[in-house]
Amino acid sequence: MKVKNLFRRKKSNEIAKDRLKILLISDRVNCSQEMIEMIKMDIVKVLSKYMKIDSKSMEIQINQTGNNKGRNMKNPSLYANIPIIDLNKNL
Amino acid sequence: MSEVIVVTSGKGGVGKTTTSANVGTGLAAMGKRVVLIDTDIGLRNLDVVMGLENRIVYNLVDVVEGKCRIKQALIRDKRHPTLYLLPSAQTKDKTAVRPDQMIKMVSQLREQFDYVILDCPAGIEQGFKNAIAGADRALVVTTPEVSAIRDADRIIGLLEAEEFKKIDLMINRMRLDMVKRGDMMSASDVVEILALPLIGVVPDDENVVIATNQGEPLVGNSTLAGRAYQNICYRVAGKEVPFMEFDKSISFWTKVTGIFHKSQGGTK
Repeated sequence: MKVKNLFRRKKSNEIAKDRLKILLISDRVNCSQEMIEMIKMDIVKVLSKYMKIDSKSMEIQINQTGNNKGRNMKNPSLYANIPIIDLNKNL
Repeated sequence: MSEVIVVTSGKGGVGKTTTSANVGTGLAAMGKRVVLIDTDIGLRNLDVVMGLENRIVYNLVDVVEGKCRIKQALIRDKRHPTLYLLPSAQTKDKTAVRPDQMIKMVSQLREQFDYVILDCPAGIEQGFKNAIAGADRALVVTTPEVSAIRDADRIIGLLEAEEFKKIDLMINRMRLDMVKRGDMMSASDVVEILALPLIGVVPDDENVVIATNQGEPLVGNSTLAGRAYQNICYRVAGKEVPFMEFDKSISFWTKVTGIFHKSQGGTK
């Protein structure tokens, strides 16, 4: 048992809890991966008019960090991380 | 004032039927007039858990289709004179009943009983919609497992969309030894995730299987599950009962179980 403690492995109940928390966010938002992909493509299209962006490494996701609206349900917010390769498109 | 309670879970096999049987029996033992309705059309089970399977003449679908009066389909329990069962049909399927028919039937039963308890089928389709249609409050049953909690969360979302006034959480099959070594989520973990008021925790007790074998709900007897269900019945009826020491102090708990093992057959 002590050997186990040395490695400080995460207990399986903690793993379950962490997995559920992430899983339930996407379940509750009820937003399909397909829709996320479509939003992503549209964002790329619009931004590309103004700057050169790294569409391959950009990430977007829906989080629930907004205002609380009861029972763990927070208003979802869209989080996007879009690396810019070049701000000046003409170059 | 009568109350219509739906016992639901989303996932199958977490103990909806056992919970319905025990809560119904426990409330009847407290002198309340109770009717249990099995809404799982095609897969009826509440009758066997209650030990009333040999006395079925008419069923839920017969009532809805007007083949008999509600009174004719109700089976009086062997043990409690104020407890009745309305069994489900075994040969039909879930589309045999519509939500509006359920609402009508439940409102009729409401006049004669203090509690109408609906045992909901697994899933979120027609059977679920039928079961929740006429209910005032819900009792969501889950186990401390990822799959059951995920399904419970989905069900809670659907119940909230239907504007249920009261939704309570019951956690079934809790194993204290596993919680202690960190291999099972505790009741407070589950409550934190689902964010519902907790109405009770039932331990994983082999006596539940024995009781089902015998067709005798174990609520109120001296087994751990029997006592846990008894407390749930009190809380359903609005009485405040302290929670059994479930995951706070295991050593205390083992002491208690030790006492119970010694005094098996005793009065408490």
